[in-house]
Amino acid sequence: MPLKTETMILNMGPQHPSTHGVLRLELDIEGELILSVKPHIGYLHRCFEKHAEAMTYPQVIPYTDRLDYLAAMGNNFGYVVAVEKLLGIQIPERVEYIRVIMAELQRIASHLVAIATNGADIGALTPFLYLFRDREYILSLFEMTCGARMLYNYMWIGGLSHDIHPDFVRKTKEFINHFRPTVVELNNLLTFNKIFIERTANIGILPIDTAINFGASGPVLRGSGLPFDVRKEDPYSIYNRFDFEIPTGIGLVGTVGDCWDRYYVRVLEMEQSVRIIEQAIDNIPEGNVQSAIPKRIKPPKGTAYARVENPRGELGFFIISDGNLNPFRVKVRAPSFVNLEVMGELCKGHLVADVIAILGSLDIVLGEIDR
Amino acid sequence: MKNPEEIFEQLKAEFGDVVLGIDKETPTEPLISIDPLKMNKVGAFLRDSDDLKFDSLMVLSGVDDANGAKIKDADGVDSISGGTLSVYYHLHSINLKHKITLRVSTSRENPQVESVYNVWRTSDWHEREAYDMFGIIFLNHHDLRRILMPYDWEAGYPLRKDYKNPEFYKGMKVPY
Repeated sequence: MPLKTETMILNMGPQHPSTHGVLRLELDIEGELILSVKPHIGYLHRCFEKHAEAMTYPQVIPYTDRLDYLAAMGNNFGYVVAVEKLLGIQIPERVEYIRVIMAELQRIASHLVAIATNGADIGALTPFLYLFRDREYILSLFEMTCGARMLYNYMWIGGLSHDIHPDFVRKTKEFINHFRPTVVELNNLLTFNKIFIERTANIGILPIDTAINFGASGPVLRGSGLPFDVRKEDPYSIYNRFDFEIPTGIGLVGTVGDCWDRYYVRVLEMEQSVRIIEQAIDNIPEGNVQSAIPKRIKPPKGTAYARVENPRGELGFFIISDGNLNPFRVKVRAPSFVNLEVMGELCKGHLVADVIAILGSLDIVLGEIDR
Repeated sequence: MKNPEEIFEQLKAEFGDVVLGIDKETPTEPLISIDPLKMNKVGAFLRDSDDLKFDSLMVLSGVDDANGAKIKDADGVDSISGGTLSVYYHLHSINLKHKITLRVSTSRENPQVESVYNVWRTSDWHEREAYDMFGIIFLNHHDLRRILMPYDWEAGYPLRKDYKNPEFYKGMKVPY
């Protein structure tokens, strides 16, 4: 007699360690097989966009820290680039260099968490500890610069909150010397680990057309093989002066666009970030980091959409100014929000255990999804 | 690569009255206005035509233009009647590297915009968010539910400029 089977609805979350925050996934399953996945979001909704309308332009910056709290520097960057576009002001060279260095350090720190948690989710706990140790170096660099470890409020409109510490350049070079061998160690420990490859290769394959149509960006898009990076395609700040490559997924151990490819793109991107920092760190010009900060920030009437490459993808700020001291409308194009949409497509036909691997490879932060 | 004026001319030639005009108030970001009930057709053309190829919708944002009559009620709270709600579409072509911004405006009392869900799948959640925050109805959307607010939120649409916080939500006090 055949076993009686029926479709079952399983709730994963909101309190689930592998959802990287409070996310609820509604799984339609038949045995172990996934029929469909419906993400339910909004548990962290705190009306950032409504708050922003009641604040002056500089007062919004601390709120942006709390969007993608693993990459607060990047959020500051996106917001100030958008407001500076509205204002049409020139930024001192020194500020631009420091901003780029901070953003790239932040990218490494954020990717370290992404890689660590992706591994930890599917059972590799050792790399998690190693990578968090290395992230600590970067957080101390930030702490040395502006006093905060997670939420910096560091980039201001037209400048920075603090100049760098006299020891910053030396310590950053120390970090780079320490970090290079760590990547080799990581590759031995996790990247080319047979168990890890078995769990992630050929899982959650995202074809390139689907990725573009779903608006995926960042490592999720590049994992599918398209070398699209806002730093190259739509250069902001001074990224066009640096020499770096855009790593893409090539299906080294599986199929192009699988979980492993998305993972490996992050590993390679950390090396590229190190390259950018090395090019920038010795060339920071002299200057005052606060000289260009406008006394009163009151952009003219108009709209501006500015996007930057955050660790998780294309972070965009759409700001409408009505000529007042506070923005009329701020809309955040959060990369995780858009990347999570593709979850349903990726999970079809996989097993319940793969959902964890796929979600880990998307690297979402609920703070910016729910805003 | 085309500039927004050329794209506007091309759309005008293709669709005539559906394309309402071009607003050059911000020189870096000219806004092309489209009829809200024909948005789907225009979107499909923008995506599929060979010399435009707008394959990526960067962001879709709802906006409350707050250009209606403002009325103060007994408690001194503003409410707005008349005027428009808008939706902005920021488009980008990955191959041809050009960008444009489209705007559709719809009435505040009966806000209806055609969904572009089947053109750019990414607009699915963006449209749900615009519905959630502004109450803009996206026609032919496959799953228009609230997304960030609770599914049973009954106090209106939070990002409208005349939104009033409710006193209680399911017996819990809302203002803190």
